[in-house]
Parts: sequence; structure tokens; C-alpha cells
Amino acid sequence: MPAPAKLSTKQRLQINRQKMTEQDPLVRNANFGEVNLGLPEKVALLEAERCLLCKDPKCITGCPVGVNIPRFVELLSQGNLPEAAQCLLNDNALPAVTGRVCPQETQCEIECIRGNKGLPVAIGYLERYVGDWARTHSDQQSLQVASPSGKKVAVVGSGPGGLTAAGELAKCGHDVTVFEALHKPGGVLVYGIPEFRLPKKIVQEEVGRLERSGVKIVCNTVIGRTYTVPELREQFDAVFIANGAGLPVFMNVPGENYKGVYSANEYLTRVNLMAAYQFPRSDTPVLQGQRIATVGGGNVAMDSARTAKRMGAESSMIIYRRTRKEMPARSEEIHHAEEEGLQFEFLVAPVEVVGNEKKWVTGLKCVRMQLGEPDASGRARPIIIPGSEFVVPCDVVVVAIGTRANPLLTATCPDLKLNKWGNIIVDDNCMTNLPGVFAGGDIVRGAATVILAMGDGKRAAKAMNEYLLSVQA
Amino acid sequence: MHSIVAKAQLSPNVTRLDVTAPRIAQIRKPGQFVIVRRGEDAERIPLTIADADAAAGTIALVIQSVGKSTQELVALKPGEAIADIAGPLGHPTELIASGRALCIGGGVGTAVVHPIAQGLKRCGVAVLSIIGGRSKEWVIFESELRQLGEVVVCTDDGSYGRHGFVTDAAKDALAAGGIDVVYAVGPVPMMRAVVNVTKPLGVRTIVSLNPVMVDGTGMCGGCRVGVGGQTLFACVDGPEFDGHLVDFDLLMDRLGTYRDFEQRALAACKDGTCKVGLK
Repeated sequence: MPAPAKLSTKQRLQINRQKMTEQDPLVRNANFGEVNLGLPEKVALLEAERCLLCKDPKCITGCPVGVNIPRFVELLSQGNLPEAAQCLLNDNALPAVTGRVCPQETQCEIECIRGNKGLPVAIGYLERYVGDWARTHSDQQSLQVASPSGKKVAVVGSGPGGLTAAGELAKCGHDVTVFEALHKPGGVLVYGIPEFRLPKKIVQEEVGRLERSGVKIVCNTVIGRTYTVPELREQFDAVFIANGAGLPVFMNVPGENYKGVYSANEYLTRVNLMAAYQFPRSDTPVLQGQRIATVGGGNVAMDSARTAKRMGAESSMIIYRRTRKEMPARSEEIHHAEEEGLQFEFLVAPVEVVGNEKKWVTGLKCVRMQLGEPDASGRARPIIIPGSEFVVPCDVVVVAIGTRANPLLTATCPDLKLNKWGNIIVDDNCMTNLPGVFAGGDIVRGAATVILAMGDGKRAAKAMNEYLLSVQA
Repeated sequence: MHSIVAKAQLSPNVTRLDVTAPRIAQIRKPGQFVIVRRGEDAERIPLTIADADAAAGTIALVIQSVGKSTQELVALKPGEAIADIAGPLGHPTELIASGRALCIGGGVGTAVVHPIAQGLKRCGVAVLSIIGGRSKEWVIFESELRQLGEVVVCTDDGSYGRHGFVTDAAKDALAAGGIDVVYAVGPVPMMRAVVNVTKPLGVRTIVSLNPVMVDGTGMCGGCRVGVGGQTLFACVDGPEFDGHLVDFDLLMDRLGTYRDFEQRALAACKDGTCKVGLK
């Protein structure tokens, strides 16, 4: 197809930001189908025309994996999807995933020049469009297979960080094996992020693409138990540790072990990975509360509370100790949660889980908060208002206040340097204190985002490739 | 996939499956467990590694069929396979280096005691096992334990061995003296009863806890147990703990979380909507 004539900047400025089609909020809050339905081709091409093709594009600097945004958007606007896909995949191993779960509004889109006067280019929508084209047209893409380097690399964890590193390392010709503790690859993409935000089929297809490029994935292998890092190091020329954040943090309040209190990890794992929403067709159950209170204000809290609504809860509440403004969740998720009829209790913090004589949860005793001076995170510190105790009646509580480093791997690799929270210490190249052992993602950062883990995976892969070449020399 | 190489019915509701898992067979230690997932749509179930043959590359899983998931597992035949086995998980048993140990097993818990007794024997520790069941046909692992030391069998109805509970036999053994440590695995009321006997005597007692688990690697926190006033995760902090510090009421209570679901799953089986027996 011949490229259409280029639009002038003035013509581009006249195009308004296109809208994503969504499932109706009051329909979708009762099903697990995807919320965002994607852009039709015409709309995607039109949105791509909004890009001003800046000479000095700021959007790229906002992207943790440095996607060449103007280039793939330009190719898209020309209708050249094979090359747009190739361009995007060069920089990002999982575009159909990041197109759905990245907080674009604080990364690439916030840097977009069009945002200075009006709305930025919908980079996330376009990435999703091209990423989806790539995964459904694998026959139209040539696989880049480098000549074998003769080096073997182990990647610990098949979440976003591990998969990204694996893809990059395979591109360099290394023989890559990814070890996953669970029975399915994908890490947080399959156990944590719900189907309605990221269909599992998409994760499988992205994993499939990596496997076709030569990456081997071995499930049911718990590094720290089945093999230790020193054992891996004997078998492999380099190791990348991306085993995630791991252990859920609980509130440490009375009543927290009553029946009906879940960590968000457990609640989401039961519903997503183990398909508890299909019980008894699937074997794993999950308590179906009528009134579910989710504690926390991040993406995981939104995912849990929205999942609870879909599981049939009459009322699904978010309990957050600051205000809407301070919530760390992606703005689209908060907006979607509001549309779906979730209730928000702001400036409220739990102090006790209340239960009946049979130790089933019956409520969450809370206090009201007010905001004080900014704390170390730069957000206003919540302060308890004395005498403000009240009970939120509920039958299930989901605790989504974060995770901490899982010591399973590090405890069996005693020479690895950790910080006081148990996270692995790395240099700018993601290298640990042990030669040939690299680490990235949540096990280094503490709980963060998919894309930051992917950024680490990419940076680590580059450094590992250099390391492997230097060892060879 | 993990092929079933041998299958044996040990008691009316306890089945032993020997399955291929070469790496786990090679490195497993007493007290460790695996997470087993039979296949698509199946639950992840924690099962103690009751025995292993490193040369043959097999591990022994001893399963009490109580719900749909365990019934489906024990319906598997030799030659068929289990999709997923992950492990070995949990901390190995804290074995004493010398002296005399009392190993107490109740019901299916006797299979969990077996690898502990194996480990103790290897350390040169003298092992006295007290094992029990409702009646003769419910006693398991007797001959295996006899190879590792003296065994006292107790049955609730007196149909075999000593008439009475394992705790009665344990009291006598402890009264005779010379026991350095007790390992007790069985139903929660049995472990609690053993601890009630050993605590006043000040004899160290290790118990193995079996709370509900999903991943078995510390990620979900579903296996929260109370130990010495602290909340710990049985999968990564245990599964064995100092019995004198364990909150058995909490364990018992949390084990009941999914009782209604278990019945619904079994009812669905009877309707013919599940896969038991369709093989």
C-alpha cells in the first residue's frame, strides 16, 4: 500500500484524541471480559496522525524501556503494521502487555508535547494496537535469530522483568532458560493482574513468541529450593534474578487471622491463576463475600476490589488512608473502579478486624485520618483523628498494602548482598556483588510496576551480554 | 509430567503414589513437602514427601482422600501422570545429632513421620515410633518404621496393638524416661494432645502443620499460623514448628475456611459434573 501524503502539523493539531471503546461499566462489573475493547484500525491510524513527529521527542525519555515511539507511531499512521510491529518489538518484548498495564499518563504521555495544549497522543492505545497486531500476525514477522554465542544464561522468574531479559538475551544468541516457581509462566501477569485488565491469552501469546525465539521456560522450579543460585551459577555462564517481591505484608492488627482475611496476593491468585471464579468447574475455591473491604490504594487494591465486585459482592469498598489524589494506582484504574460502582472510603485506616464467635470476619474497625506534613515518600502523612473509631461491616477483607522481599532465594545464596529490607543490591547495570549474577524488578526495587521491571530486564540483558562477551575474550 | 510408577492402598482412605520427580528425589530432606497439581483446573495441594528413591528418581506421596481434589489424585493409575510437582519446599526437619527420639504418627500423619524417622536413624539417633489408627486397617507405615526402630501400634478400638490413643502410649514412653525430643504429626487434636503431655515435662516437641496453601513459596500468606504469639507462614517458615508454641485453635479454625466449598465440590461430583471416575 503506498504511503498516504504526510499531513501538515496544522492538520495534525486539528485531530482530537480518540477514545477507547469500553464495556459498559454496569455490564462489565459482572463479567471477567476485558474492560478496554481496543481501537478499530481507522481510529488507530487517525490517532497516530496526531503525533507531531517531534525532532527531539520527549516521549521516549519517559519510557522506561526507551521505545522509539515516534517511529512506530509514524509507521502505524502509514498503515505499515509489519514494520511498526518490528520497530516496537525491537525495544519492548511485551507490547500487548504494556499497552494495557503501563501508567502511560505518568511516563510517555506526560512528556508528549501535545499535552501542553490539550491532550497527549494516546501512546498506550497505539502500543496496544500494534502489540495486538503483532501477536495475531506472527506469521508475518521474521524472527530475528542471532548466531549462537555458546553461552548459557539462567533467568529466575518469568514475570515481566524475567521475560524481557530472556527475550533480549536470546536476540544476542545466548541459550536462555527461564525458571518459574508456579505452574504457568507470566509471574504477576498471570497470578496478579486480572483477566479483565490483561487477558491471560495475551500473556500466553507473548510468552509463545519468546519461546519461538529460542527461550526455554521451565515451570515448577523454585530457585532457592529446587536449585540454589550457586548451583545455577555452576551450570550457566550468567544468572538474572527477577523473582519478584514475594511475601505479602499484613496490617498487623488484631483479628487479622480470622477466616475471611486475605492478602491481595492470595485473593488474586485464587481468582486469576487458579480460576476460582469458575468454581466448582475449577477446583480452587475463594470466599464470596457480600461486602468486601479492600485495604490499600495501589493498582493491586483496585484489581482486588474490582475482582470482588465481579465475584458478585453487593458492595466492594476501597479503604485508603489518604485521599484520591495520593492514590498510587493508575488513574484509568481508579476511574474504571468508580464507574463500576466501587465505594471509596478515603482518609480511613483499619485498626482491627472484627469477627463473630466462630471467627468469621464481620467488620473492619477503622479510624479517620487527616493529612499532615509530607513524609519520606513526599506524600502527606496521614494522622489519626482521636475518637473517630467506627466499624465498616464486611465479611471479607483483602489486604493490599504491599509486599516485601521473599527470602527463599536469597537465604540459600548467603554471599549475595542485600539491603536492610532483604532486597538485592545492584549497580547501575543491575549487577549484584557476585560476578555474573544480575538482578532486577521488585526483588531489587520493592513493589513497583511491570514496566520498571521490564526496564531492569532490558538494562540487565545489555550488561549481561557485555559481561558474557568480556568473559569470552 | 510426573508418571505414576506404583500405587498402593494403605488404608481405607489413604493411598500411596510413587511418582517420577528425579531432582526432588535427589535433594529432598526429611520434613519437606511438594505442591502437587493434578492437571488443568486442579487445585495446588501440599503433600509431604513420605519417601524417595534417588536412584529410581521417584518420590512417595501419601494421600488421604477427603475431598474432590484428593479423590481425583488417588483415582490416577500407574502409567498416568500428574501435571505439576514443585519442590522440595519448606525447611527440613531439625534433627537431633544423637540420643533418643520419640516419633508419634496419627493416621495419614504417620507417613509424614516416616522421613523424619529415616533422617534420625541416619544421624544415629535411636527411634521409638508410636503410631495409631481407628482400627487395624487404618494403621499405615508400620513395616517401614519397624526397619528404623522400635514401633508401638495403638488402635482406638483395640483391634490391633495397644488399645487406646497414641497419647496414652506416649505418656508411658515419656514416663520411662530417656526421650530427648518428640516429633508428632497427625490430626490437629492429636498433636495438641501430645503437646499437652510433653509441655509439663519440658520435652521438646516438633509438630508438622498442614494449613491451607496455594503457592507454597510464601507468596499468598494463606498458610498463616500462630507460633509463640507471632504470625508465621507454614510454607516458608515451617512446616515444622515448636509444638509448645503453636496456636492449635487458630490452625483448627482456619482449616475450616473452605468446608462449605469442599461439600459443594463433592456434591458437584455426585451430580456427574466433575471428572472423578471418568478416566
